Amino acid sequence: MKYLSTTALTTVLALGLAANAMATELTVYTAVEAEDLPRYAAAFNEDHPDIKINWVRDSTGVITAKLLAEKNNPQADVIWGLAATSLLLMKGEDMLEAYAPAGVDKLDPKFVDKSTPPAWTGMDAWVAAVCYNTVEGEKNGVPAPTSWKDLTNPVYKGHIIMPNPNSSGTGFLDVSSWLQMFGQDGGWAYMDGLHENIARYTHSGSAPCKLAAAGETTIGVSFAFRGAKSKAAGAPIEIIVPTEGVGWDMEATAIVAGTDDLDAAKTLVDWTITKKANELYNSGYAVVAYPGVAKPVQYFPDGIVDAMIDNDFEFAANNRGDILAEWAKRYDGKSDPKN
Amino acid sequence: MLDDTQNIYLRIENLWKKFGNFVALQEISLDVVEGEFLCFLGPSGCGKTTLLRAIAGLDLQTSGTVEQAGKDVSNLPPAERDFGIVFQSYALFPNLTIKKNISYGLENAKMPKAEINARVRELLEMVGLPEQGDKYPAQLSGGQQQRIALARAIASKPGLLLLDEPLSALDAKVRVFLRHEIKELQRQLGVTTVMVTHDQEEALSMADRIVVMNHGTIEQVGSPLEIYRDPASLFVADFIGAMNQMPAKAQPEGVRAGAAPLFCTHKFPHGAPVIATIRPEDIIPTAEPGQNALETQIVSMEFLGSFFRAILSSRALGDIELMADFSINAVRRLHLAAGQSLMVQLPPDRIKVFEGGK
Amino acid sequence: MASVSDIPKPFVKPKLGRDDWMQRGFMAMIAIYLIVALAMPLYAMLSKAFSTYTFDLSLYEVQVSDKDGNFNAPAKTLLALNNALDPKPIKRLSTSNTGRKGVTKLFPDFSFRSPVKYRFRGIDENAVYIVGSKRFTGPDWQELDSNTFRRVVIRPTRDVGLSNFVTYFSTPSLFQSIQNSLLIAAISTVITVSLAFWFAYALARSTMRFKGFFRMVAMMPILVPSLLPGIALIYMFGKQGFLNGLLMGQSIYGPIGIVIGSVFFTFPHAMIIIATALSISDARLYEASVSLKASRWKTFWTVTIPGARYGLFSAAFVVFNLVITDFGLPKVIGGKFNMLAVDIYKQVIGQQNFEMGAVVSVVLLVPAVLAFAIDRQVQKKQVALLSARSVVFEPKPDRKYDRIFLIYSSLVALFIVGIIAVCQFAAVIKFWPYDLSLSLNNYDFDRMDGGGWGSYKNSLLLALLTAIIGTVVVFLGGYMVEKTKGFAKGRALFQALAMLPMAIPGMVLGLSYIFFFNNPDNPLNFIYGTMIILVVSTVTHFYTVSHLTAITALKQMDTEFESVSQSLKQPFYKLFWRVTVPVSMPAILNISIYLFVNAMTTVSAVVFLYSTNTALASVAVLNMDDAGDIAPAAAMGMMIFYTNAGARILHALASRRLLKRSEAWRKGG
Repeated sequence: MKYLSTTALTTVLALGLAANAMATELTVYTAVEAEDLPRYAAAFNEDHPDIKINWVRDSTGVITAKLLAEKNNPQADVIWGLAATSLLLMKGEDMLEAYAPAGVDKLDPKFVDKSTPPAWTGMDAWVAAVCYNTVEGEKNGVPAPTSWKDLTNPVYKGHIIMPNPNSSGTGFLDVSSWLQMFGQDGGWAYMDGLHENIARYTHSGSAPCKLAAAGETTIGVSFAFRGAKSKAAGAPIEIIVPTEGVGWDMEATAIVAGTDDLDAAKTLVDWTITKKANELYNSGYAVVAYPGVAKPVQYFPDGIVDAMIDNDFEFAANNRGDILAEWAKRYDGKSDPKN
Repeated sequence: MLDDTQNIYLRIENLWKKFGNFVALQEISLDVVEGEFLCFLGPSGCGKTTLLRAIAGLDLQTSGTVEQAGKDVSNLPPAERDFGIVFQSYALFPNLTIKKNISYGLENAKMPKAEINARVRELLEMVGLPEQGDKYPAQLSGGQQQRIALARAIASKPGLLLLDEPLSALDAKVRVFLRHEIKELQRQLGVTTVMVTHDQEEALSMADRIVVMNHGTIEQVGSPLEIYRDPASLFVADFIGAMNQMPAKAQPEGVRAGAAPLFCTHKFPHGAPVIATIRPEDIIPTAEPGQNALETQIVSMEFLGSFFRAILSSRALGDIELMADFSINAVRRLHLAAGQSLMVQLPPDRIKVFEGGK
Repeated sequence: MASVSDIPKPFVKPKLGRDDWMQRGFMAMIAIYLIVALAMPLYAMLSKAFSTYTFDLSLYEVQVSDKDGNFNAPAKTLLALNNALDPKPIKRLSTSNTGRKGVTKLFPDFSFRSPVKYRFRGIDENAVYIVGSKRFTGPDWQELDSNTFRRVVIRPTRDVGLSNFVTYFSTPSLFQSIQNSLLIAAISTVITVSLAFWFAYALARSTMRFKGFFRMVAMMPILVPSLLPGIALIYMFGKQGFLNGLLMGQSIYGPIGIVIGSVFFTFPHAMIIIATALSISDARLYEASVSLKASRWKTFWTVTIPGARYGLFSAAFVVFNLVITDFGLPKVIGGKFNMLAVDIYKQVIGQQNFEMGAVVSVVLLVPAVLAFAIDRQVQKKQVALLSARSVVFEPKPDRKYDRIFLIYSSLVALFIVGIIAVCQFAAVIKFWPYDLSLSLNNYDFDRMDGGGWGSYKNSLLLALLTAIIGTVVVFLGGYMVEKTKGFAKGRALFQALAMLPMAIPGMVLGLSYIFFFNNPDNPLNFIYGTMIILVVSTVTHFYTVSHLTAITALKQMDTEFESVSQSLKQPFYKLFWRVTVPVSMPAILNISIYLFVNAMTTVSAVVFLYSTNTALASVAVLNMDDAGDIAPAAAMGMMIFYTNAGARILHALASRRLLKRSEAWRKGG
């Protein structure tokens, strides 16, 4: 018994202390696609082998929730790759350490927080798109849509999957872009119509496109980068840019106020805005913060950059709670809205 | 009665025990003489086991003192007292061999290994199981297991041996055999022993003295013969052996049971309701009518091995039926059989009178 | 008769020996464990449910200038402005912790182009507001032009009250979930209990062949996470499902899928309980019935059903509880159909509305605790039946019935094996349904969300730690309750605490851990985000069944071992180590395999508590499915299945070896 309890105790202690054992480790919260993270870390470590990154990755909604929940007891040192809307939310809670990274002046000013010093710096834009499975479309007699309004056509009933904006950043940027493009009333009226055709709402923003790729649905409302990847993997899909324009959000970087290791955090954030880092972002995103870096991405739909709407992040951040509550009231749950 | 030359080994004084709102033991005071074999006897729920466990320190009394070998042990945990104990269930450790069971209490007494082994061998011989040391308890019979439990209890030579219904789980035959064995071993070792039992035969045959208990109090303390011959209460009279009970009214020279006057001595005032008792074997057939003679009818006869038990009814006694034990000889000689009439005498010195009338 | 008041004082005060002190120490430690790991988190959660957020309009003052920018008018509070208008522009003041509210509505003639300026401030430091994205508090005036004033939002203050519950019950989509959950749980219960009854009946009352095989198959669902059948159902009945036609146009995403999956994962639980109930019924009753020439049917209704009724009730409540508290399955296959457990997840993870999550938790607690309490009562009655001596029923061969039962059992077995086989199949198909070639691509977990192969290793570590630490804690706790003397009130409290986890849904436990352990004032805060909190929550989540197993084993041991050991002046831990533990070894092994298997499969409590370094395989299944990577999710699910199956085989071998080695003393010779 003595032996057992000693072992157990040692294990417990070891587990608890392991995190503090090594010198420079940064806990980095991110919503970047899981498969990209090893590349990001490796590229960073080429220049800074002494700083180890511990990723905490989840969907935008979850990471945002996690950060807000930990408001008074932050666990993260740096946020690298989270929607600017979410970072604005955190800025309003005084959760971010304002810092002007070395070389920030080289970035497109659109991609930098307006405060001085800025609370966050942008990396790339991530753009909504519609994934359309051509095989299933033909089989089910569902034509390819060209606009958002098309999706309310009864022919699509039960053939569309979109992300739940409450948990997915992609879902939220869709909703916020519709409200901006069609106006408050027009936006909700549009979604009422769309809801009639939606088969279900997913938790993650990439799922609808993956499900379209797998033929589990014909149309998935997702984002362009995911669609390009699925297409590259051999899925019979088309990536459609709706004619009205597409919502987008920025992936951005910030230092979490209260980090144990501000110097290392600064080192990392400095690196995230370098040209090298931006080239990395370009592998998945056609629009990046560093001007002149962006090269065309394979399978990325043409004309999507022009279709990006003039996004009001502040509107999105300040109204996020109300929009999500209204959305949940209208569409969450089986009962169709009666109001 | 104790005489002054004997040493008191265990002294219990004004001991009380409650369980919640139930008083399980009240006002128990008792002296146990060094080397004697004492039995707590009583029906289930009378508090005898509770008393034993208080002596052991397994369930502490609520109030009162226990003194062992001149030392106040009232509030000590069991491990700080000096006793060995045997339970009805044997409580042998099933996964340890017989040897390991016996040596369990010796192991950390800083005794050298060889000495422990020798002691275990000695004990196994003492309980008559020298060959069984390497077996497991489940491989022994119940009687054998109880002997091992006994060996384990006395292994470290405790000053006091406590036996909690040690024979109740055994077959009748093994039980009788073990009674003798245990008694013999106790005599050899001279260890002061307290045994709890509900079996009066066991108590009568093994104990030097018996403590009869009922409802958490001591009814009587005495030698087996005293208890049997001279019960101090109707409860004791009834509990030990068979006893006829006759509701009666006290009279100056005796009592009147039904219509029958019975001569006997007693201390009750005239007219007081009493119960007159007599043991079945004290009822004797008689030829002549005379003092305490009754004309009876044999209702039934039951053969009980070494004697017959007859049920007698008598017009004089009314509804009351009497049990009477007759030797096989007497039955043969007098040609006793159910349906016959028979004159019996209830000797006055055998009639005990107790308070009655509830 | 003397009464308690007659007992003379002083009462004896026990002198505590070394054993007593040590036992009390152990008991205190484990009681503290249960209080810290259970009672206090639950309290934290309950208080969160009543913690409300309200916009307090009286905390803010605003002053409006004229067109030239002169501030002549007096400052007014927002409350005064709101009250002055009819109808009041701001009606709902209760909100969530993330609530933000713009204030321009209070100025009917507001225009962001107007030259009018505004001064805004809070009364004190409690008043928090945001201009654009910058946070302000306190009584310093901020002078803002109209266009900036448009961007002022106020933040709520904390309060205590029932308004969260009011909001909950006035939100139809949330409220609907109660009905959905009760309905699904009820339907699943009826189907599972009926299926399990006939299966158990076939095993107990027929002489069909392959009983051992059927028994083994029936236990298989326990080895996988509850959401795995959901994944199999997608492959079978989804849009691309090979059995899609069987649904006749109905969607598998929704009630149908949840019910089928629930039947799958609750089947073994119901089967075990009913089989136990059937095995204890008395053969003499059957003989009596046969001798009275009662028909088979009549015997069934007059003997079998009454004999098994407690088992049926108990199985029903257990299944009901499992379904209503399950989160993984409706998450995967529920589609738009909401259930309570999923609502907790959505409120917390999706909307960051922890208070509403706590409210849904309280709502979910009600049926869970009720079902649990009724089940406990029924079980007590069943135990009473069990202790009565009865003659074991030996079924007689009957070709016709045996064949019917064999066919029936085969169909059930096919359902169970089929679900698992489909998952395995899904895991090795390259790209369903367009490329059906075999591939191990889906096992390349490092390329997916959910933590990769690391999460599998974490799960193994969690399962091992839970099995080891949990068994030590549970068995020691059981020993203290069952075998120590004195301290009766403490032991009763302990026993009650030990029964509590069974009534607490995993989601609720996990959420309450966030509230309790993620509080920076909590000295135990350091375990948040580590493997320790996962082990603690898993041990606690599965405490009750383990505790009952330990108690049952300990009850079977002679109550006088402790007395004998004390009389022999041996410390209690020697007895514990040399006798209690070896004799209880089969139960100890059972507890550890139970904890191991559950730690591998559990999702509900840990889904709130894992961090990147401690991502778990079961959660990875959920997250991969979430991200649309269904095939890898199935592959990871199968990894859990094989691991658990392997653990079960090891457990069986260890038990057999143990029994063989202890045969001499267990059976006698």
